[in-house]
Amino acid sequence: MAWARKVLRVDLNAGTCTDEALNMDWARRYLGQRGLATKYLVEETDPRVDPLAPENKMIMATGPLTGTCASTAGRYSVITKGALTGAIACSNSGGFFGNEMKNAGYDMIIFEGKSPKPVYLLVRNGDARLVDAGELWGASCWDTEERIKAAHQDPLIRVASIGVAGERGVKYAAIVNDMHRAAGRSGVGAVMGSKNLKAVAIRGTLGVKVDDFAAFMAATAAGKKVLADNAVTGQGLPTYGTQVLMNVVNETGALPTRNHQGVQFEGAHAISGEAMHEKRASDGKSNLITNNACFACTIACGRISAIERTHYTVVDRPQYQKASGGLEYEAAWALGAATGVSDLDACTFANFICNEQGFDPISFGATVGAAMELFEIGAITTKETGGIELKFGNVHALTELAELTGRGEGFGAEIGLGSKRLCEKYGHPELSMQVKGQEFPAYDSRGIQGMGLAYATSNRGACHLRGYTVASEILGVPEKTDPLATEGKGGLVKAFQDATAAVDSAGICVFTTFAWTLDDIAPQIDAACEGEWTPETLLEVGERVWNLERRYNLGAGFTDKDDTLPKRLLKEAAKTGPAKGLVNGLDKMLPEYYQLRGWTTEGIPTNETLQRLAL
Amino acid sequence: MKVTIKLFALLGEYLPAGAADNAAEIEVADGATPADVIRRLALPRESCHLVLINGLYRPPGERDDRPLQPGDVLAIWPPIAGGRD
Repeated sequence: MAWARKVLRVDLNAGTCTDEALNMDWARRYLGQRGLATKYLVEETDPRVDPLAPENKMIMATGPLTGTCASTAGRYSVITKGALTGAIACSNSGGFFGNEMKNAGYDMIIFEGKSPKPVYLLVRNGDARLVDAGELWGASCWDTEERIKAAHQDPLIRVASIGVAGERGVKYAAIVNDMHRAAGRSGVGAVMGSKNLKAVAIRGTLGVKVDDFAAFMAATAAGKKVLADNAVTGQGLPTYGTQVLMNVVNETGALPTRNHQGVQFEGAHAISGEAMHEKRASDGKSNLITNNACFACTIACGRISAIERTHYTVVDRPQYQKASGGLEYEAAWALGAATGVSDLDACTFANFICNEQGFDPISFGATVGAAMELFEIGAITTKETGGIELKFGNVHALTELAELTGRGEGFGAEIGLGSKRLCEKYGHPELSMQVKGQEFPAYDSRGIQGMGLAYATSNRGACHLRGYTVASEILGVPEKTDPLATEGKGGLVKAFQDATAAVDSAGICVFTTFAWTLDDIAPQIDAACEGEWTPETLLEVGERVWNLERRYNLGAGFTDKDDTLPKRLLKEAAKTGPAKGLVNGLDKMLPEYYQLRGWTTEGIPTNETLQRLAL
Repeated sequence: MKVTIKLFALLGEYLPAGAADNAAEIEVADGATPADVIRRLALPRESCHLVLINGLYRPPGERDDRPLQPGDVLAIWPPIAGGRD
């Protein structure tokens, strides 16, 4: 129950779609979505594969709760080897696509091989076929979604697609569903593009059965009450979205600024959640139009915004004058503080372009920030940039590069490499702010020490969503810890990583964990699924998934040497704020973390650990 | 002495006239504590969840007895920015 018990296997070489039974033994050990799809990937592919080769597979996967009425139960993930990182990639998205996939009768869709010509997959209630996408190749995510709905005369079809960025191999290309929700990180869109797969379009009305209906309704209702009564999920996220964090993180001295040269941004307020609410003097309207909810979500943290019609980015361009998705905090940081830009509408525009053409605003903004530093030290000039004065704070450079990167043109093609490859190309690898090839999100680990360990050990490269210790270190959830201390952070990071891996395998949103603990989540899974599901079994699943991902990365060639941070964060002390004088103390945290994980001093899971986790 | 008060999210409506970017410089008595400022601005005490002085967290037990220093920045968020009720 809860699982559809069916996998759709799409052989893009042969153009065939085949149903097969879900491996329920694996489902009981890996739950679903992130965990279960990783198990399939590990069993079916060589971790040394080129991410863009036909031999790499790409899996879209739901969790057992996806498509049910549990709050936030609309999630799906894309699991593959990441084009940006060469590591395991698992990009999670909301919106309505995941629900549609589950209701069409599938727990997951496995794409293998490469189509000889552009195609999209059309699925309707268990009936799947590949459709020629020749005329869609070159279209944006926005156009692709509208044209597929029009072609099939069905506005309720849900579409996940790549834009031109994914077609052109932008290393951090995303898969965008429902216009502005995205499996955004690690370059899963580039993998999709390498397979000549333009889109997946699904309509599903089959329903999702649960094991104990009465218990499920009671457990999900109790969960919704917890979310509604909690100040973060009941008031904060609906009102300000994740953007409430901009001023918090800036005040605490952990807002990476201008490619991590600083930890506080003088323009932070102008791009904050508070600023999105403020009425403009010019037209009396605010940037924020409304909040927005994904399928089944009772939090509704999403931002829907519109750019002032006289702003230079949208004059005579009505397609960008409409309300659309963003800004969320991480994107606002990357497009703003990381580049020194404090123009809210310009950041909103750049974010629209990221959604339209399908690429990750975090990696894009961070890469622009790195390129700006390369420009300012003279490593690149207007000769390389095609005449763009790529100085920090140049708002026109930001928005022009967003458009160029989305189309893979001019210097945008180089920005599309990501900061690691870009900085290596121009002789300054030390200026790339990344781990395992993936750019940092919006927290400086000199000001939030635990995040340094979370970044360094994240299986998909630098990421805030693998272990969000910001919750504890800054926000006090579930309990306040000192962000400037390294003591105890090994255990804190491990606890967040394992719990998050379980949540990501369930089909629900990690934002529930501002209010929910596994004590709130386990009864919902237990009522939905056969078998016994307790907080303890979920933590065990989470730890198993974490170690499975780790083993994949070790097989791909990563070692403990890759569990590190850029020299800037380890050697250059923060210049302002509470962390002034501090670097990240990774060397004090990492040995304890390995020990708590049951890994050797080289970061390899011991046989005892593997046996304990039945790996 | 002068200190800077910053009130974010829904506490922004308690900012004194003339505030900009959620911040205002105000005059307080020497030895004033964060709790004194919270009372003076009529902030609901239960709404003062995350309290930072110069970016450093000040737990509830230390808001009554640790005086502010001239030039301090007192930043306050309601529980919406995190923490259990």
